[in-house]
Amino acid sequence: MVHRFIGGIAAVLLLASCGEATIPQGPPNEEPSSTAPFPVTIEAANGDVTIAAHPRRIVSLSPTSTEMLFAIGAGDQVEAVDDQSNYPSDAPVTDLSGFEPNVEAIASYGPDLVVYSTDPGDLDSALEGLGIPALQQPAAAALDDVYVQIEQLGVATGNAAEAEVVVDRMRTEIRSITGSIEPPSEPVTYYHELDDTYYSVTSSTFIGQLYSLVGLENIADEAKGAGGGYPQLSAEYIVDADPNLIFLADTKCCGQSPRTVAARPGWDRIAAVENAGVIPLDDDVASRWGPRVVDYLRRIAEAVAEVMEAKAA
Amino acid sequence: MSRRTRAIALGVAVLAASIVAGLLVGPVHIAPGAALRWLISFGDQPSGMSEQQAAILADLRLPRVIVAGLVGASLSASGAAYQAVFRNPLADPYLLGAAAGAGLGATIAVAFGPSTAFAVTVPLAAFIGAVSGVGMAYGLGRSGLGGRSSTSLILGGIAVASFLTAVQTFIQQQNADTLRQVYSWILGRLGTTGWDDAGIALPSVVIAVTTLWLVRRLLDVIEVGDLEAESLGLNVGRLRLVVVVAASLATAAAVSVAGLIGFVGIIVPHTVRLLAGSSYRQVLPLSVLFGAAFLILVDVVARTAVAPAEIPIGVITAFVGAPFFVLALRRSGRRAA
Repeated sequence: MVHRFIGGIAAVLLLASCGEATIPQGPPNEEPSSTAPFPVTIEAANGDVTIAAHPRRIVSLSPTSTEMLFAIGAGDQVEAVDDQSNYPSDAPVTDLSGFEPNVEAIASYGPDLVVYSTDPGDLDSALEGLGIPALQQPAAAALDDVYVQIEQLGVATGNAAEAEVVVDRMRTEIRSITGSIEPPSEPVTYYHELDDTYYSVTSSTFIGQLYSLVGLENIADEAKGAGGGYPQLSAEYIVDADPNLIFLADTKCCGQSPRTVAARPGWDRIAAVENAGVIPLDDDVASRWGPRVVDYLRRIAEAVAEVMEAKAA
Repeated sequence: MSRRTRAIALGVAVLAASIVAGLLVGPVHIAPGAALRWLISFGDQPSGMSEQQAAILADLRLPRVIVAGLVGASLSASGAAYQAVFRNPLADPYLLGAAAGAGLGATIAVAFGPSTAFAVTVPLAAFIGAVSGVGMAYGLGRSGLGGRSSTSLILGGIAVASFLTAVQTFIQQQNADTLRQVYSWILGRLGTTGWDDAGIALPSVVIAVTTLWLVRRLLDVIEVGDLEAESLGLNVGRLRLVVVVAASLATAAAVSVAGLIGFVGIIVPHTVRLLAGSSYRQVLPLSVLFGAAFLILVDVVARTAVAPAEIPIGVITAFVGAPFFVLALRRSGRRAA
């Protein structure tokens, strides 16, 4: 439903900008006007959200949504973002918290749209009580969720065409990255580290799926059923599994680096440590599901290519 | 063999068995025969064992077993000592604000310290926090509340713990990105233990446990009552201070390397009392032996129950400890009746 709706708007906007006679693919009852797409109704995670007018004072409580908003050109409509939204650098960071949202503090920015990821309790109903439309964008379970969320923000902010461009570009780039990888002849294994107590991800998580896209095998999959996709692995298991690659998503939180990993007791015998296969990541990029997943995937693909080159040599 | 010697011998045997079990059982299968030969030859890699397996035994399992043993012994011995000087069966090593202080220290180190140095700063800050927490509770209990009784000390501890926890929660809430680090520390962190942790914990544990050992006879006297002990010529205030300092030192050392592991300080001493009577001449050494064995075995469960994933050890001590404790209480109740 959302897809068809967005498709309709995108087609309309394309029509308006190119001036070419294309047959609109959307529902026939769509109003053929690009200037007044509002009000719009979006089928979001928190139910149908109706936005009456073009929002100009958006409050984003989710770092990922902030990245998406700026990527689709809605940055100048953003009034305030939460304290964890550190990208892009010109986002209007405030001390608003996305973990423990304070509705009164949010309302003080006079928002005409609030975007958030998690609702610890009454956020949605409290904003509804104040007549502020609120759009929930929970953590993505798959890449398709990312595309849907970007498209939703496009419609919600009147930037549907740009959102479509961003999504198309992401799809194309991801296709070209995964297409550039030869399927490995023998399994290339990896361990993705969330913190320095060895919390990891299984292939069922969003992050794990990215690694699967380039044909990597996850050593944490043995621990399926434990930790709902985020198991804490035993050090001795990691040493014994001997992964080809170690991805560190704890460089910022916990100060980990290829050097600190090599210094851990027993870890110096792991293939990844011996062959420069410990890849430091930006914690933020590796924990968000915004447009920068493309950079993340590229980093993974480069690492895989290097391992395979070394194996071939 | 007297009942006392038998109990000690049993404790030694159980501890030895748990150390062997701790070395042999883990998520990575290592042939028990080869592992035993490795242990007997003090780390020579026997045939049939890969270099990787020898490294797992030497660098991961052995330090983990030793730290678990040190932590278990510290928490149990401190628990027994606290129960004596406060004459309160529910007193445990965290009673006087040690846990809250350690939690605050660790949180400050994670929130404001350089992330590259956590391995050193977090244990150190936890140690300082635990000692300061107890210091504050002791000061408050002695002066602020006017009395010298054990009750005023406990009340002081409760006040200090609430205050420090509030500060910790505030800092954590202001630095939401540190949540995960702090929580994984609070739930116990034997999963990353290495030889350096054993080195950090060992000196304080040895000093503290030896001190408690030396005063074990006096603990029997003080448990009767302050007035009675004083009439026997004992300086109750000074003895209580010595015991609190020693037990807190042991607790702080344990907390600094292992995080907060609850319940050990209550269940082990009480189980020991059921086994060997309530004189501290037995309770203290047996608490050391059985406390060490208990935590080593719990750690085996922590790393094998959902292998290759881990369960935070603090979760298991409470999960196993609480029902076990109730059973022990019921048995002792029936015996007393």
